[in-house]
Amino acid sequence: MTSRFLSAFVLSIVMLFLIGPFLIIVAASLSAGDNLAFPPQGLSFKWVLKVFEIESFRASFAMSMMLAILGTLAALAIGIPVSYALARYKMPFGETVRTIVSAPIIVPGIIVGLALLRYLVIPLGFNISFALFMAHTALVLPYAVRVVSASMVNLRGDIEEAAVLLGCSRLGAFSRVVMPSIRGGILAAFILGFVTSFNQVPVSLFLSGPGVRTLPIDMLAYLETTYDPSVAALSALLAFMSIGIVFLAERFLGFSRYV
Amino acid sequence: MSDASFLSLERLTLAYGDTIAVKDLDLGIKRGELVALLGPSGCGKTTTMRSIAGLLQPKSGAIRLDGADITRVPANKRAVGLVFQSYALFPHLSVFENVAFGLRLKKVPKHELESRVESGLKSVGLSKFAARKPAELSGGQQQRVALARSMVMEPKVLLLDEPLSNLDARLRLEMRTELQRVQKESGITMIFVTHDQVEALALADRIVVMRDGLIEQIGTPEDIYNRPTSSFVADFVGFENVFALEDGQLKTPRGPISLSSPAPAAVAGLAWRPNTVKLDQGPYSGTVLGTSFAGRTREYLLDTPLGPIKAEIDASVPGHAPGTTLSFDLPVQDAAPLARFA
Repeated sequence: MTSRFLSAFVLSIVMLFLIGPFLIIVAASLSAGDNLAFPPQGLSFKWVLKVFEIESFRASFAMSMMLAILGTLAALAIGIPVSYALARYKMPFGETVRTIVSAPIIVPGIIVGLALLRYLVIPLGFNISFALFMAHTALVLPYAVRVVSASMVNLRGDIEEAAVLLGCSRLGAFSRVVMPSIRGGILAAFILGFVTSFNQVPVSLFLSGPGVRTLPIDMLAYLETTYDPSVAALSALLAFMSIGIVFLAERFLGFSRYV
Repeated sequence: MSDASFLSLERLTLAYGDTIAVKDLDLGIKRGELVALLGPSGCGKTTTMRSIAGLLQPKSGAIRLDGADITRVPANKRAVGLVFQSYALFPHLSVFENVAFGLRLKKVPKHELESRVESGLKSVGLSKFAARKPAELSGGQQQRVALARSMVMEPKVLLLDEPLSNLDARLRLEMRTELQRVQKESGITMIFVTHDQVEALALADRIVVMRDGLIEQIGTPEDIYNRPTSSFVADFVGFENVFALEDGQLKTPRGPISLSSPAPAAVAGLAWRPNTVKLDQGPYSGTVLGTSFAGRTREYLLDTPLGPIKAEIDASVPGHAPGTTLSFDLPVQDAAPLARFA
């Protein structure tokens, strides 16, 4: 009886910490007052509507979207062959490759951002947008490799050989037999990568320059000058977008099998 | 091209890195023949099969098929089919699409493709399952899909890797009959790999026994079963009592022991099946260590100066209790003469 009570208690605390902030933000965004505050003063949708009128949010949203999509696609373009090679061949430095690929998860993002700024952007005069793209690709790569690798575990080498004996080339066997079998894993990796990239702050912090900002950085900057509930409203909108994506992914793909 | 060499392996040496798996193998297979490669794991039988399929490049030697040298022909252009031990069906495709896979790659016209896939599925009794996914089929059904998938390609040679080992006893018998029927109906040349002598004896026209990358003996099932030429083959097909000969005498752990009658000339060893050992008569004696009833017969394990001896006699003969001392004979005329020992 005591242990049941205790586990229910722990579970409620966990739920409170996970869902609480989200509820506070949603409530704050519906405030009628002029300051970001909780509990909200009055009730209105004016801040939610205002989000769509702020010019810089539109630009940085587009930037974040582009980074998340292109960065994740690039990470998959590298990650799928890497996962395949790691799963299929016994390579002399397989474990080392796996570790190096995971480095951006292990190394704090703030260091990755600083390193890219100090050694690529400043000395080589890299275009900021391009540096951001590279940074996001690197950040998403570990997720791509991990999730795609997981979906390759059950993939046996002999189905490729079977395809070859039926007339496929090696590359043909990969695209006709391997790719369709790991489709779910690739989509799951894309979603996970997209969300990770979109919400990324520390790396982007260093690499944002004049006119080039990702949405989370832009929100931070906005808060520094204007302390109104529009940031809360935007956060709530983004949270709903993420929940929507994950919900659809779970519904149609069984997303949780892959992550 | 002589009839004996529709498929021929000539001084074939196969290796994984520096490890030689098969050495200087020579083998000729007739058109329409059903051949078993038989041997324990690690004997090189699967390696040989993979090289015929083109999945493994030989280190040296040549493979000829239907008059053409295919040694350097890539696997996807060889017209050789392979039914994998794990079946290797494409999990994302339906049964129909699995069987149609190769025909689609060959760009076979739609109506021809459909009729070939349908007759392929019909020949293995799976017409009703065309729309299913492989995961919705039993192991035996999956294997028949794999068989149909290879057969519709009309390969010159069909290879089968341990075709019966993943099936339960009842399905095994069913599949054995099925394979024989399909082979006789299509007249296709088949080679299958197995470690199970019963399977090889029951299915094959001819058996190639392999050991440590070399051919130990080639022969009909009767040859292999009744006339093994080496101690290894004798042991493998159930001659439980195998002895080397030294100066016309049996070589035993306790020194040479005379035979009950003179041994044939130029023979390295003799082997007896348990049922050719004569009990209750003869020059040797042993103590019963254990006995077991096997329906029609009774099996004995004897402790003798020659080492342990296995004997099997009609169950109607009254049994002997463990500890009893029995006389027995190893009749030379009933022994299989072995040309090679060890």
